[in-house]
Amino acid sequence: MIKDITLGQFFPGNSILHRLDPRIKIILTIIFIIIVFSAKSLLSYLAVFLLSLSCIFISKINLRVVLKGLKPIVFVLIFTSILNIFWTTGEDLLFSLGIIKIYKEGLLFALFMVLRIVSLIIGTSVLLTYTTSPIMLTDGLEKLLSPLKVIKVPVHEFSLMMTIALRFIPTLIEETDKIMSAQKARGADFSSGSLSDRAKALIPVLIPLFISSFRRADELATAMECRCYHGGDGRTKMNTPKLTYIDLMSVFLFILFGIVIIFTNNFGGVV
Amino acid sequence: MTNETFIKLKNVSFSYDEGNNTPEVPAINDISLEIEKGSFVAVLGHNGSGKSTLAKLLNLILSPTSGSIYIGDIELTDPKLSEADVLKIRKNIGMVFQNPDNQLVATIVEEDVAFGPENLGLEPSEIRKRVDDALELVGMIEYKRHSPHQLSGGQKQRVAIAGIIAMMPECIVFDESTAMLDPAGRKEVMETILKLNHEYNITIIHITHYMNEALLADRVIVMNEGSVIADSTPYNVFTNVKIIKSAGLDVPQQYDLIHELNEMGHKIRQPDTLSIDDCAKSIYNYYKNLGK
Repeated sequence: MIKDITLGQFFPGNSILHRLDPRIKIILTIIFIIIVFSAKSLLSYLAVFLLSLSCIFISKINLRVVLKGLKPIVFVLIFTSILNIFWTTGEDLLFSLGIIKIYKEGLLFALFMVLRIVSLIIGTSVLLTYTTSPIMLTDGLEKLLSPLKVIKVPVHEFSLMMTIALRFIPTLIEETDKIMSAQKARGADFSSGSLSDRAKALIPVLIPLFISSFRRADELATAMECRCYHGGDGRTKMNTPKLTYIDLMSVFLFILFGIVIIFTNNFGGVV
Repeated sequence: MTNETFIKLKNVSFSYDEGNNTPEVPAINDISLEIEKGSFVAVLGHNGSGKSTLAKLLNLILSPTSGSIYIGDIELTDPKLSEADVLKIRKNIGMVFQNPDNQLVATIVEEDVAFGPENLGLEPSEIRKRVDDALELVGMIEYKRHSPHQLSGGQKQRVAIAGIIAMMPECIVFDESTAMLDPAGRKEVMETILKLNHEYNITIIHITHYMNEALLADRVIVMNEGSVIADSTPYNVFTNVKIIKSAGLDVPQQYDLIHELNEMGHKIRQPDTLSIDDCAKSIYNYYKNLGK
């Protein structure tokens, strides 16, 4: 049952976005977030939305997949829209009934919020999580943060920890499943009773899980030592991504787009 | 097979430091051994007989309490042993463990195989080549982009073997590597081990509970309570049923049958080898002649 959980939903593919250097993708995501938050007019919001849509198009990821990813935030979207529509006051009264007053500003603001959240989710997931494998992501982070090594930040160790954590998530989920079945066979009840009862029922699952994790850690450490692991010094990498002109172009395009957004902030539907 | 000694143990003892003033029980008790280059040695013994400890002594995961160990011309027990020498030993003596899950590091098969060579600081192109060659050798090349949890136990274990092969060791120690696998997985791994030994002349030390796997070796070492109690060809070791049983082990079933029947007064001729076929032939011939 808990096996269905997938982490960092990665959809393998061979699009330009998939092939971009992970470092660049992290940078692009940051630029994208800045762009989204610097939009201020209807025109610029629409442009940002268009940018995130074109990212989906370039990544060749099925539109249905992306929409499925938006499902959990539909409630948030509706909630914020309602709040914005009814509680924003402005000058342009469109409709009023008793105490309910809807202003044009409120409608616009609600639309802006929806566009902002949707673009943010689509943009970051398509740029990063959907198109980058977890290992590339950790590699990219390690490389991006490597200047911090100068001030003694253990960047390599962090990235190895991330990799191992990602590697062992499915293993531990499988193990949790097994322990839960074993406890159920001994009469444990995980699905009824009050919240605190259920939490207590999980203790006999967590303790064996912890103990076995420590044993795994010990064995893994020995296995790593046997494979000559001796820290990050003198280690090389099989895949060393090289920056291509496409990588540089994409950063250039994104920055250009950011400038355009700031420019269009002055036109059309400013609040 | 050359007769060059590769691994040499001289009066090696080892005891785990339990602390709390508990009396020290030696896990390894005064063992002297020589293992030749290119040989296939099976190590048998019940749980706690010291066979896994012996394995860990060979690549410096543990250091002996007394005695000396030589790998090639490097003395492991030399107090002046440098870090570079330790890495050289670990590169040369690969080790594959029991639980395949607990020895794979990366989330993608090829990345995991690359882990060892990456630690050695090789050139990326060289690593690439070694990873592909190693995966090809264990027959897992078509799974190179898979994630380990999508594989079966036998496949995972073969990936772990590939990770060791990619470091190009001269010797691989299999520490009960077949114990957690189903029969199909065990067969896959045994075939890989035999291939490494026969075609690539890699010295194999195979620690196992399965007698039929030990039959495939050139030499069988039986351990009990930290000592070597038998060390000979599989045929000589297993036909000495008393010693095997005293170590809490079983004789391969096919030979056990002959042995038990002979104990009951039958006079079945000793089979030529301990293979199932030869044992069956021996029994068949005995009863065929009996009928006449």
